[in-house]
Amino acid sequence: MKIYAKDRDGKEHVLEGRDGWTVMEILRDAGLPITAECGGACACATCHVYVDGGWYEKLSAPSDAETDMLDMALAVEPNSRLSCQITCAPELDGLKLTLAPE
Amino acid sequence: MSTPIETDVAIVGAGPIGLFAVFELGLLDLKCHLVDILDRPGGQCTELYPEKPIYDIPGLPIVTGQELTDRLMEQIKPFNAQFHFSEMASALTKLPDGRWKLSTDAGTEIIAPVLVIAAGGGSFVPKRPPIPGIEAYEGKSVFYAVRKMENFRGKNVLIAGGGDSALDWTINLAPVANSLTLVHHRDGFRANQHSVNQMRELEAAGKIKFHVASVKALHGDNGQLEAATLAGADKKEWRHDCDTFLPFFGLTMKLGPIAEFGLNLHENLIPVDTARFESETPGIFAIGDINSYTGKLKLILSGFHEAALMAQAAFHIARPNDKLRFQYTTSSSNLQKKLGVA
Ligand SMILES: Cc1cc2nc3c(=O)[nH]c(=O)nc-3n(C[C@H](O)[C@H](O)[C@H](O)COP(=O)(O)OP(=O)(O)OC[C@H]3O[C@@H](n4cnc5c(N)ncnc54)[C@H](O)[C@@H]3O)c2cc1C
Ligand code: FES
Repeated sequence: MKIYAKDRDGKEHVLEGRDGWTVMEILRDAGLPITAECGGACACATCHVYVDGGWYEKLSAPSDAETDMLDMALAVEPNSRLSCQITCAPELDGLKLTLAPE
Repeated sequence: MSTPIETDVAIVGAGPIGLFAVFELGLLDLKCHLVDILDRPGGQCTELYPEKPIYDIPGLPIVTGQELTDRLMEQIKPFNAQFHFSEMASALTKLPDGRWKLSTDAGTEIIAPVLVIAAGGGSFVPKRPPIPGIEAYEGKSVFYAVRKMENFRGKNVLIAGGGDSALDWTINLAPVANSLTLVHHRDGFRANQHSVNQMRELEAAGKIKFHVASVKALHGDNGQLEAATLAGADKKEWRHDCDTFLPFFGLTMKLGPIAEFGLNLHENLIPVDTARFESETPGIFAIGDINSYTGKLKLILSGFHEAALMAQAAFHIARPNDKLRFQYTTSSSNLQKKLGVA
């Protein structure tokens, strides 16, 4: 599956997702500037992304833990998600997102 | 400024690795002073995941971040280490006699022949919201913590956030401030339910205002806030008069003043050798998440090992004329005496 990730300068990166890995891991391994301080434990809110292009609605809804943790994220928008809580899967091919400011 | 403290080892960071270093150094009779910007021990374990279980601590099949910290504190109790909490280790100088002087932002000075940097991912500092120009207001009319409530008497306070700090300070400052408005991106809170109820009561009584909104811009000259631009869920913006802004979005790790200690850094980590865990500056050791070497794993287990080897090397610096004796805690009555069990 492909992930289209826009960095904070507006540049788009096309990344190859791996089934079963989290989107945060794909962004981090690609060297994009995402802090992901807690390593994916839904405990830091520093893997915050905006999900674009109608993809927000297609993802399964955030868990209560994620919604709570988003309270600690900066500049939250209605399409905000924590990328460590989105798991790569074939049906997410083409997922579009933008890194949130830090 | 108080008189400097003289000790054997100064440790920056009271995370799990800084704590275990106290144990390993203590067995060798070396006394420690620790500095941490947090107000309690445990580093990431207590700040980021106090209630989450850890499964890979040898001999402890399951232990939470908080429990591990509590157990480490119990384990190092006999060594009577001194903690300087809520202080930032901010400067380091080398004294003419070869020892180090570590200074904190609170004016504490610790002089020791050995410095151990167990700073993890860096010091925990408040997250700064991405509002253009916010830096200019910081310390004047934008604050990330409340030190004295009196400073906010008669102020028109704007608070942003939805966690415990945001709610607690909304409740505590409401009677002190002239006006208080809380904004959060949703009409729901991560904070404990009792605080949320109290906040709702204040709102119903007209004592505070709450908006589902976010802060987009700050206005006012010379660091003195006069108003903020708020944007609601519908993106409509309006001007909100206020003279004080308190954003509460939790903490994040930033390397901080260690960058200015004159150490060789590689991608914000301190390269060390794997026999002594000493940095390229003799007498300064780096253990735990802050160091780097070939094969490094950021695991608590690895940090514990690093602390044990570091202590051996540190001993020779702190006690150049003494001979180091290798002993087991199981069988050495000498070690057991130090631990207070014999
Ligand atoms: C969610 C999560 C889950 C984890 N799970 C595991 C696991 O299962 N197993 C495992 O082995 N590891 C795990 N880890 C990693 C583990 O927590 C770290 O490896 C460990 O905390 C590192 O300890 P440390 O003492 O080196 O640093 P830290 O815990 O980061 O502590 C460093 C301390 O130094 C302080 N500090 C830094 N600079 C300064 C300064 N200039 N002045 C004052 N204070 C300063 C900081 O405030 C901090 O308190 C996990 C981490 C997270 C976030
Ligand atoms: S990496 Fe910390 S919440 Fe996602």
